[in-house]
Order: sequence, then structure tokens, then C-alpha cells
Amino acid sequence: MKYKALTAIAVALSLPMAAFADADDDTLVVNDEITMVTKAAAPAHVADVLDEVMSGWHFRSDETQALQKDDFENPAMVFVDQAIEAWETVDGSEGKSCASCHDDVETSMKGVRAVYPKWNEQAGELRTMAMQINDCRENQMGAKKWKYTGGDMAAMEALISVQSRGMPVNVAIDGPVQAIWEKGKEMYYTRTGQLELSCANCHEDSYGMMIRADHLSQGQINGFPTYRLKNAKLNTVHARFKGCVRDTRAETYKPGSDDFIALELYVASRGNGLSVEGPSVRN
Amino acid sequence: MEFSRRETLAMGLGAAVLTALPFRVIAAAEDKIAEFTGGADLADTGVELTAPEIAENGNTVPISVNAPGATAILVLATGNPTPGVATFNFGPGAASQSASTRIRLAGTQDVVAVAKLADGSFAKASAAVKVTIGGCGG
Amino acid sequence: MASGVKPRVKVPKKAAAGEAVTIKTLISHKMESGQRKDKEGNVIPRSIINRFTCEFNGAMVIDVTMEPAISTNPYVEFEATVPEAGDFKFTWYDDDGSVYDESKSIKIA
Repeated sequence: MKYKALTAIAVALSLPMAAFADADDDTLVVNDEITMVTKAAAPAHVADVLDEVMSGWHFRSDETQALQKDDFENPAMVFVDQAIEAWETVDGSEGKSCASCHDDVETSMKGVRAVYPKWNEQAGELRTMAMQINDCRENQMGAKKWKYTGGDMAAMEALISVQSRGMPVNVAIDGPVQAIWEKGKEMYYTRTGQLELSCANCHEDSYGMMIRADHLSQGQINGFPTYRLKNAKLNTVHARFKGCVRDTRAETYKPGSDDFIALELYVASRGNGLSVEGPSVRN
Repeated sequence: MEFSRRETLAMGLGAAVLTALPFRVIAAAEDKIAEFTGGADLADTGVELTAPEIAENGNTVPISVNAPGATAILVLATGNPTPGVATFNFGPGAASQSASTRIRLAGTQDVVAVAKLADGSFAKASAAVKVTIGGCGG
Repeated sequence: MASGVKPRVKVPKKAAAGEAVTIKTLISHKMESGQRKDKEGNVIPRSIINRFTCEFNGAMVIDVTMEPAISTNPYVEFEATVPEAGDFKFTWYDDDGSVYDESKSIKIA
């Protein structure tokens, strides 16, 4: 670790913090049933820069970690309950609900979260889960699209994610999506904003260190959507990206834009091998 | 640096204003305790309060209270705009006089629990919780 | 009635007679503290769950008075004695006058 003098003083002043200055070694088992892989050998395409990929869960306090170990303790499950109702609710001109086509969410959505964003051959485009959900709403149900980062969307993403919990993230980065993946990678390493920070500056070069009182993680998105204590709601990947880019004091990209879709694919691929955790709990 | 008499007075006034607010808040907590106990003495043992030393976010801070045999436990956050948090009243169906909940803390402060014990006496426990300010607003 | 309010309760399905069981409860509610302001600077009025009670076969287990310092989606965990088979009744009281309830039965193993 290359602490500068000031950082060292700051750390010394907040001594109790030093106790959790690195990722911890705890094990995440949800509901005493699902053992999560929260540390894994880095996938080949990031092995040149990281030895190990780690879930953001390891960078949180014991109290925050505990909230994710039991579905009753996990406040995100309130929203999953709401999405179960939405799954069964008919909406739009076609008189259909999600269940009309996809039946039981537990079987039909198993494994889905683990492979998104995913290439859609028929449409000839890379689709995030949010895009796929809205495509269903618009073209199958004849219903209004949901706001990309809104509460309905986040809750539905959480419900779908629950069905893949414990399965390894495994997004494809080759074939038709390779160019998009390359674009995402370039974005990840490009400094933006008045602070001239790239994603990598914080989440690759500095994870484990403190940024003021925040413990920097690798910025993995295997736990999304994530319930944040700070706003007491589910947060989507693109909303979080927007917050990060804004923090570099840059004009942010729009949630749902091609830029953020490319970035999502790249960031998701950095977590290949980690378990799907969503909906996770973070600070 | 030299200060004129007038400047010194002004500074004193400023300091008085600065300190007045916390005093008022703590006084409000003391009023709440007095209301609960009727001004009785507070023992140091008989109630346990568990809270994290450092809270990652003041929005959701897990706390637990435990006071064997108590009929009620009052919980206060002395540094919040209003100190009240909760009062747990235990009935005959309670297997223990303990409970856990999640609370909001406006900043670093002492959380206080006061229990009314089986014999009608009162006990107090407090825990200092540091509330951190995040680095990333997003 | 505030929107999206939904109680959740976790009670074991059975217990031995006289056993102490842990009960977890949560209700989805914003718990608007009355301290926040909207974009125009007006105070957003307080709207919280101000009381939660649990009874077993009519006997009081716990009665909690809640203030705005209780977090969004209020969570309460406590222990109850189960002397015989019966029903737990849970009740939440909203500032707006709404009352939400839920019940769970428990068997003797």
C-alpha cells in the first residue's frame, strides 16, 4: 500500500477504521442455504491487472454484512415482494402479465441474471435486463415502459436476480458483443470530470483503501440491484454508474444509454466467477 | 493576532450560540428521561444496550436492548433533533425483556437506554456511536 | 392509507410448550420523519408508524412506541413464550389513522 503522509494521518486519526482497511475474510451464506462465492480467481480478461475478484460485501461493516445473510433481515426483500405482485399483475393493451408468458418466476427466470447483459440475436442488439423487461412490457404486454432506474424496474430486476442467487456470473464478451465490450473497457480506464478519475483509479488501483469514510470496493456489480442504507431503497447499476461519474465532477451519461450499456457489460464481465448476490445490501 | 474588547465579546457570543444547541438537545433527552422515571435515581447495571461503535450510515443503525425482568425500556438518541427513538413495553407473553430494531442517527452521538426494572427502580446504559460521512455521494 | 405498506412477520411454525421463540417483524413504510424538506424548502410533514404491538392468544407480548428516529421499513425483533398452541396477532398503527395487522399461528411440537 502506498499511503501518502496525509492519508496516513487521516487513518491514524480514525484508528477504529484501520481495523477494516482491507477486504475481510468472512463467508457469506444466505438463509443458511446459499453459499456465495465472494472471492474468485480473476477471469482471464482481467488477470493482467487483478489476481482475485471480490464482492463489495467484503468491504462493508459486520452490521451491514449481516443484513444480507437472511432474507428477512434484508430490506431489499420488501421490494422483491412488491415485484412478485407485479409479476402476476395484468398491465397494458394485451391483457397479459409477466406470468402469462413466463409462468413461475422461480423456474423461468433461473440463471437469467447471471448472463446479462446478453446479445439478442433477433433484435441484433446487446440487451441489459432492464431493456429486456421494457421490451416485454412494450411489445408483448402493450404496457408503458418503466423508467430505466425507477422503483418498479429495480424491484423486478431484484426478483429476477433472486432466482440466480449463488450461480456464477458468466457474461459473454466475445462474438457479436466484443466491440461493445472493448468500448466499455476503454470507458473504464478513461479519466473523466474535473477530478480526472477513471473507474480504475478507485476500483482497481485503490480498492481496500478509504475515500474519506467510505471503504473502496472493486466496484463489482454482481450484487445489483442493491439496497443502500443511505437512501433506503433499491439502486440499479446505471443509477450507481451515474452517481460515480457525477462524483468525478463530469457530465454523466444517461441511464440506458449505449455508453452505460457498454460499461455495464464490461464491469459485469470483471465479476465473472463471483456469485449473483442481488439484491445485496450496501451502505 | 490581537483582539479588541468588542471582538472578544463578539466571539464569546458566537461561542455561546454554538454551544447552546447541543445543550438544548441534551436537555431534551434529560427531560424525556425524567418524564419516564419521575426523577428517580438511575443504576448503572440492569440494562444492556448494544450498538455498533461505528455506523457506516446513520440511516440504519442496528441496536439491541436487554433488561431482564424490566417492564419497559426507553431508548433515546441524545444527538438527534428530537431525542425520542422508541419505548419497548413488555407484557406477560414476552420470553425476555429484550428487543432489536434499526434506528436513525443524525451524527456521532450517545445512544441511551433507560429500563424500568421489576422492582420499580431504574437503570441506564449508554453507547457512543460514531456515524461516518461517506466519500461518495452517489 | 399510505401506499405500499406491507407487513412481514417471521414466526416458527411450531414450538415446544413453554419454549421461547424469536419473532422478527418488518413493515414497509417510509417513516417520513418530519425533519426533511422538499425541493421548494417546505417541511415534508411527519408520517410514521407510531406504535407496534404483538399479542399471543390475547396476552400482551410487546407494545412499542415508535418515534421518527426509527428507520425506514421499521424492524422489530423480540422473544415470546409459547405456553400453548395459538395465534400471534401483530398490529401497526400509522400516523394517518390506518391500522395494519397480521396474524400467525403456531403449533405445539
